[in-house]
Amino acid sequence: MAGFPGVDFIDFDSLLTGDEKLVRQTARAFVDEQVLPIIEKHNREGVFPRHLVPQMGELGFFGASLKGYGCAGMSNVEYGLVTQELERGDSGLRSFVSVQSALVMYPIHAYGSDAQKEKWLPKLQKGEALGCFGLTEPQFGSNPGGMLTRAVRKRDRYILNGEKMWITSGSIADVAVIWAKTEDDVIHGFLVEKGTPGFKAWDVHGKYSLRASVTSGLAMTDCEVPAENLLPKAEGLKGPLGCLTQARYGIGWGAVGAAMACYDTALQYAKTRKQFNNRPIASHQLVQEKLAWMITEISKAQLLAYHVGKLKDAGRVDFSKVSMLKMNNVWMALECARKSRDILGANGIVDDYCIMRHMNNLESVYTYEGTHDIHKLIIGEKITGIPAYM
Amino acid sequence: MKIVVCIKQVPAKDAPLAMAEGGAWIKETDIGFEMNEPDAYALEEALRLKEKHGGEVIAVSMGPERSKQAIKEALAKGADRGIHVADERFYTLDPLGAARSIAAAIRREPGVDLILTGLQSDDQGFGQTGVLLAELLGLPHATIIMQIDVADGRMKLKRELEAGWFQWVELPLPALLSIQSGINKPRYATLKGIMAAKKKEIVSVVRAELGVDEPATQHIERIYVPHKSKKTEMLTGSPKEVAAKLVEKLRREARVL
Repeated sequence: MAGFPGVDFIDFDSLLTGDEKLVRQTARAFVDEQVLPIIEKHNREGVFPRHLVPQMGELGFFGASLKGYGCAGMSNVEYGLVTQELERGDSGLRSFVSVQSALVMYPIHAYGSDAQKEKWLPKLQKGEALGCFGLTEPQFGSNPGGMLTRAVRKRDRYILNGEKMWITSGSIADVAVIWAKTEDDVIHGFLVEKGTPGFKAWDVHGKYSLRASVTSGLAMTDCEVPAENLLPKAEGLKGPLGCLTQARYGIGWGAVGAAMACYDTALQYAKTRKQFNNRPIASHQLVQEKLAWMITEISKAQLLAYHVGKLKDAGRVDFSKVSMLKMNNVWMALECARKSRDILGANGIVDDYCIMRHMNNLESVYTYEGTHDIHKLIIGEKITGIPAYM
Repeated sequence: MKIVVCIKQVPAKDAPLAMAEGGAWIKETDIGFEMNEPDAYALEEALRLKEKHGGEVIAVSMGPERSKQAIKEALAKGADRGIHVADERFYTLDPLGAARSIAAAIRREPGVDLILTGLQSDDQGFGQTGVLLAELLGLPHATIIMQIDVADGRMKLKRELEAGWFQWVELPLPALLSIQSGINKPRYATLKGIMAAKKKEIVSVVRAELGVDEPATQHIERIYVPHKSKKTEMLTGSPKEVAAKLVEKLRREARVL
């Protein structure tokens, strides 16, 4: 079976090394053969395709850009190409991998003790353990610094109290990275294991978006964890924000994948669907305008993602550039999904085609990991020197 | 077992092909290349034999610099090292010329137990290189292999014949086998495998230095784009006769029955 041929108008591939193409080839074949045949069913039924986890672990998708502990040690561009292909499959699946990699494995790798790393990273890399990231709260989304969750030291333990919301993989996680304020009002990260007394997770139902991934709420009621479960090298909001920069980077690439899936579907449809004198709708100027807009925006988004990836590899990226990547590429992908839906007419709304699923998913992606507007403010602060979050 | 797998790099299946100047080959710029799919099954079979019996897998490819990518893919999937027979104008070779070159490169490797090739290449599709290679190396060979059982220096092999028939044959080692496509499910290169392949060796030998530059016995004069045409043919007769003619045409001409 011939798989997805890729979307490449400007010979983007000439920028890629042989290894980068090989990495993409693996992720692309995995998505074509393992994800696309099952994803509409999982999305319709609202079930996470958990059976894919061991194979994704074996292929090295979890923590792919980290070094050691069984991780592949990929470059940022290679890691980005993996998330691109995964999100071409489904944003929910990519979200799962992003959380596992950037929001759970990364903080343990960057801020954890050796014991924490040795205990969790090999298992998380193989997919034998799953993780989640608890930062957002019911009342605090864009302003995580206002969090209400507290951690109080009692001898050799911390007592956690608070609630987290919109947590990807919350109820299936074996370990949760929970961010809480200690008594000095400083934010710290804690590893909370599944089954810890006082820790509860429940699932959000009725989602129209990210239906193939698990979204949960978490509650901690006098939840006691050993003091050694505190991540020793993270202090203050920059701890969780550092994780978000990693995850947002992957999203910036992932959105390109979702856009490619929609564009390719719309292009094939427009070339075969005939209206008015038995001519394909691709011969209509208004349809061509939409297709041309999409391929132009996808090409720009690819270049932005690649450039930010190269800067990140060189250690020269700051979070505001990643904000621009996430903001632009997710917006672009959502617009591509909407235009593609338009081209498919009534057929665009059913799950015989991937478009409506991607569109609904991208509504979440547009909001999570820093809303579109918050990223504008991050860029605004960078260029004016004036924060406008108040 | 020391196993050599021959791998060709061919234009990607979805590549938009255009003719090069002169009309004897395709324009190679602006298209992607990939591992010849039949060779991917041969590689997978080699890796499985190695996992079962130990030894090493050597990936051999001939072609311009770009064909090293097919070797890298083999290394990423688990082959141990690669040999690249470098030649910018390999496409002017006929299957005999190709086999002579690859044979010369393989002769430099002592103690090869088994050589595996795909059934044919997806670009030129001669299906000749493997058997010619066996002849040049003086090795027994078997084609269209569906199953390989190795024991006591011999192989029991299942060959696919026409119409759902199979044949079991026995061959001694060393030997050459061309593998039927679909015999296995080729693995994905894991990300760790891709990283590990960076450290594996690919030796390049320039084809001209192998002493095998006899002129080709055949060459491509011109390649064509298939001409598409529409033709309406009215079948006449009684409904029974028309139905019989239609079935005949669907079977013989359209070949959909």
